[in-house]
Amino acid sequence: MGVFNRVESPRKAEEALYNEVVLAGDGWMHELKPGQVLRIVDLEGNQAADTLFYDADNPEDHYSAVATIAGQGNIYLTAGSVLRAESGKELLTIVADTCGRHDTVGGSCSAQSNAVRYAHEKLSMHNCRDTFMLQLAKHDGAYTKRDLAPNVNFFMNVPVTPEGGLKFDDGVSSPGAYVEMQSHGRTMVLISNCPQLNNPCNAYNPTPIRVLIWEK
Amino acid sequence: MTKPWSITIASGGKWSGIIGRGKLICFTALEAGANVSIQFYNARDLTERYNMPDTLKAQYTAHLTKGNILMSDNGRAMASFVQDSLGWHDTISGYTSRLATDAKYGATNYQELRNEWLRSGQENFAVELVRSGLGMRDMMPVVNLFSKVSCDLEGKMHFAVDHCPAGAAVTLRTEMDVLMVLSNTPNPLDPREFYPSVPVKLEVLAAEPVHEQDACLNHRAENRRAFENTWEYYELSGF
Repeated sequence: MGVFNRVESPRKAEEALYNEVVLAGDGWMHELKPGQVLRIVDLEGNQAADTLFYDADNPEDHYSAVATIAGQGNIYLTAGSVLRAESGKELLTIVADTCGRHDTVGGSCSAQSNAVRYAHEKLSMHNCRDTFMLQLAKHDGAYTKRDLAPNVNFFMNVPVTPEGGLKFDDGVSSPGAYVEMQSHGRTMVLISNCPQLNNPCNAYNPTPIRVLIWEK
Repeated sequence: MTKPWSITIASGGKWSGIIGRGKLICFTALEAGANVSIQFYNARDLTERYNMPDTLKAQYTAHLTKGNILMSDNGRAMASFVQDSLGWHDTISGYTSRLATDAKYGATNYQELRNEWLRSGQENFAVELVRSGLGMRDMMPVVNLFSKVSCDLEGKMHFAVDHCPAGAAVTLRTEMDVLMVLSNTPNPLDPREFYPSVPVKLEVLAAEPVHEQDACLNHRAENRRAFENTWEYYELSGF
């Protein structure tokens, strides 16, 4: 199914200035300074890290999935992809990627989308958009639900067929696979480590991720 | 409504307004090669809006046509594709920006060209969103009526230049009271070097009530649950 573009990183974990584990179902919101590099590690494989970005100098300018894919003329993200804001501004560039393909068309799960996609009874299940909103709530009103745009799903494979179909394939990631991106300016990063139990985005088994940050 | 309401949106034009539930919105491309970018919001709660990923993944599709519905980020059916002469409408390519418009078609301004200057989707939407108390944070993926963008196995996106003939028509039925914001500006992936100049006609008229055999309601079980969520919303709120 297409080309998977894999690029290793020269960075060493022991030289990172930040190194934390985010458990399945948890959120993480953190600001990157210009030039800093964020690595997200899929510790056990087949996990989906739902991620949003904001221009920290102008929080109303959120990550745009469609500006990103239209800008590169390709729906998959990998090393070399420039992640753009809604204004078209370049927020980050993916500089290393040992998974090789990431989705940004499939968005995140929510209580409401789980109810629509699977059954009304799924409304009570934990979901990414609740995680996003809980993190946004901790920023003194600077961010609201209106700032929730379609996100990146790191380590997730959502192939689009030439006939215009959309599929959810089993994970393309493996234990220890990572993706690294360098921030162009001050960028707020919002992650929901996906708790989805209804589809194979995380092999029905949500697991932890690790986040590391380097100065360059 | 006793007779259809109608307006023609010139190339580069924009429009926004509230359209109540239970109406048909008929769009007709008056010439070949049209593209109309549209955003939808719940008119009674503007924080609820069209959600492209939820719409696509619930219906296992990467394009929109008859039988599909537009879903909100709160799991509700906002509008349905009840008629479509084209079979494919795009929702993954976004809208044009001022920078991209100038880079592609050459810089223009009102001072020199008056109303012939080239508008961008980003600016058209900005004006109409601010008019309704919204702003740039509310900019989201749009529905690009009349455009076909397919993806090959490597993920490369392809714009079909000859997709939309003159007279192409698509009809949406509103399932909620919506704020519809539209911009008659080119698809960002349109490779043609000239700015398309295609007027698009809109007509709005009353729809028949959704019946049990409705094609959009029955397209998938997911669609029915989204309709049920919309009906429940109106029952609970009393709107």
